[in-house]
Amino acid sequence: MQIKQLSVFLENRQGRLSAPCAALADAGINILTLTLADTERFGILRLIVRDVEKAKSVLERCGFVVKLTEVLAIEVEDRPGGLGNLLSTLETARVNIEYMYAFTAHNAGKAVMIFRFSDTAKAIDSLAAAGIPVLKAADLYERSGGLNSAASKIDQR
Amino acid sequence: MTPWNDHNGTVHPATAMDFLPAGLLRALQLQRLRATVERAYSRVELIRSRMDAAGVEPADLRSIDDVRRLPFMVKTDLRDTYPYGLFASPMSDVVRLHASSGTTGKPIVVGYTQQDMETWKNVLVRTLAAAGMHRGDILQNAFGYGLFTGGLGLHYGAEALGAAVIPISGGNTERQIMVMRDFGVTAFCCTPTYFVHLIEAAARMGVDIKTLPLRLGIFGAEPWTDQMRAFIEREAGIRAFDIFGLTEIIGPGVGAECQCQNGIHIFEDHFLAEILDPETGEPLPDGEEGELVLTTLSKEAMPILRFRTHDLTRILPGPCPCGRSLLRIARISRRTDDMLIIRGVNVFPSQIEVALLKVEHTLPHYQIVLRRERDLDEMEILVEVTPEAFSDSVGEVQRLQARLCAAVESTIGIRAHIRLVEPQTLERSAGKARRVKDLRNATPPCKSNSSPSSLKTARAV
Repeated sequence: MQIKQLSVFLENRQGRLSAPCAALADAGINILTLTLADTERFGILRLIVRDVEKAKSVLERCGFVVKLTEVLAIEVEDRPGGLGNLLSTLETARVNIEYMYAFTAHNAGKAVMIFRFSDTAKAIDSLAAAGIPVLKAADLYERSGGLNSAASKIDQR
Repeated sequence: MTPWNDHNGTVHPATAMDFLPAGLLRALQLQRLRATVERAYSRVELIRSRMDAAGVEPADLRSIDDVRRLPFMVKTDLRDTYPYGLFASPMSDVVRLHASSGTTGKPIVVGYTQQDMETWKNVLVRTLAAAGMHRGDILQNAFGYGLFTGGLGLHYGAEALGAAVIPISGGNTERQIMVMRDFGVTAFCCTPTYFVHLIEAAARMGVDIKTLPLRLGIFGAEPWTDQMRAFIEREAGIRAFDIFGLTEIIGPGVGAECQCQNGIHIFEDHFLAEILDPETGEPLPDGEEGELVLTTLSKEAMPILRFRTHDLTRILPGPCPCGRSLLRIARISRRTDDMLIIRGVNVFPSQIEVALLKVEHTLPHYQIVLRRERDLDEMEILVEVTPEAFSDSVGEVQRLQARLCAAVESTIGIRAHIRLVEPQTLERSAGKARRVKDLRNATPPCKSNSSPSSLKTARAV
């Protein structure tokens, strides 16, 4: 049920974002989605790919510090208030969200959000109780065509 | 009980001099001091003119304490007499020349006679034996071969000990690890910084140093701390020994740690050590920290009298449990010319290393950058992030920064900016680590930074 996300430490300086993307592209690894958390001094690039272990070793060979984190992919209605419903369910269950970001693939009126919870097990239980489906890794990968072309278009920071 | 018999009874006979009774040692020192000063006075112009100016003659040396009547020598004396001005032997008696790397200006040149080579081998055999090395060991010598004294010095010492030497020299990290694994290496020597680099590189290559036959490391050529030792010993599963030497005196082999790993024994039959107040040049009582000043007692080609090492240390009290009668000094982790004066506070890079290593999961790869902004010194410390310390959460990484910052502030009393950097971005060298980048000289000096101390601030690198 959990999906493995790659987190990569980046220094906040020009050109640092392109290096991991290029390394993955060279290894033929498709980035399904990504988000960048940045501060004044450093950034954390979070990535979802199919072959997580291969991507991790590719990045580590290039000298990056990489961490694997378990996240959940949750489908929400792609309409006003779709996300709000989900968030209020989580709030009622007192589940804390560390961060979240949108998945790019769309599927017939549904959007997919990636969530990192402080207590993943508790989140799974609460979502199940509320009847909100959590996507399996295979389902998620099936919906995605990949993002490498998009990543290469991101301006160098 | 034979306390020195600490490695399977395979003590090299050269080690006997480490256990000379104190009375005999002092008598030997005085005899050799007189001969050295006589030789230097009669053959080296700079030494003769300085002694004449100080009104002291070789015959004035009646006891070891009379060494204090001799004038000091400093590093610039070696530069000023470049290349052979301090030689006391004709070139026909010199069999080896070495030189310091000399990052600024001219290098310094040192020479050795055949007898000096024997002396050098002798002190290095004793250095390696003190760390527990013996015949049958396989030593991977990753100190640089060439003009630098480290590589060839240890090479000849290890051969004389009876160990098998792999003269791999510095650099080419992947090959170093392959050789370490495939050749069944049991002992390794290089700078501590380079060994830390090897530990990381081995992990990336999927080699666990802990499972290899490697059992000890001989590290030197740069100041390091007990915290760094603990890191190396833990991560590589070896024992790490500190060695001490200076190109000007002989190269490696001036002193070495024994199995007790508590201070450096100076090979006093060849080198006379004094601890002096770095500002007044007056002797300090045993146990007080001061500048180490060394005199060679048996060097022929280039006798050096009362050399100001800039190394700060103190004499450790009491006999060492290993039984050696040799003087023991605290391991050297700072130098008078390492000292940074930041907002009027004296700071040594080794203090920052100690502070950073207090925080869990950090690696000792760091660089101190000093700038002057609006007449105020600003210190930034670049620290490489490790997989263990890294988190996917911004808050966690910021907390790591804050912990590092607090550790530094509580140690030196100055707030520094901590900047986490990607792994492998700080300069690695097979030689000495460059820990400090002082960019303050780019702007005119300001009054508030001048210090009453005569100690020099760190050179810009």
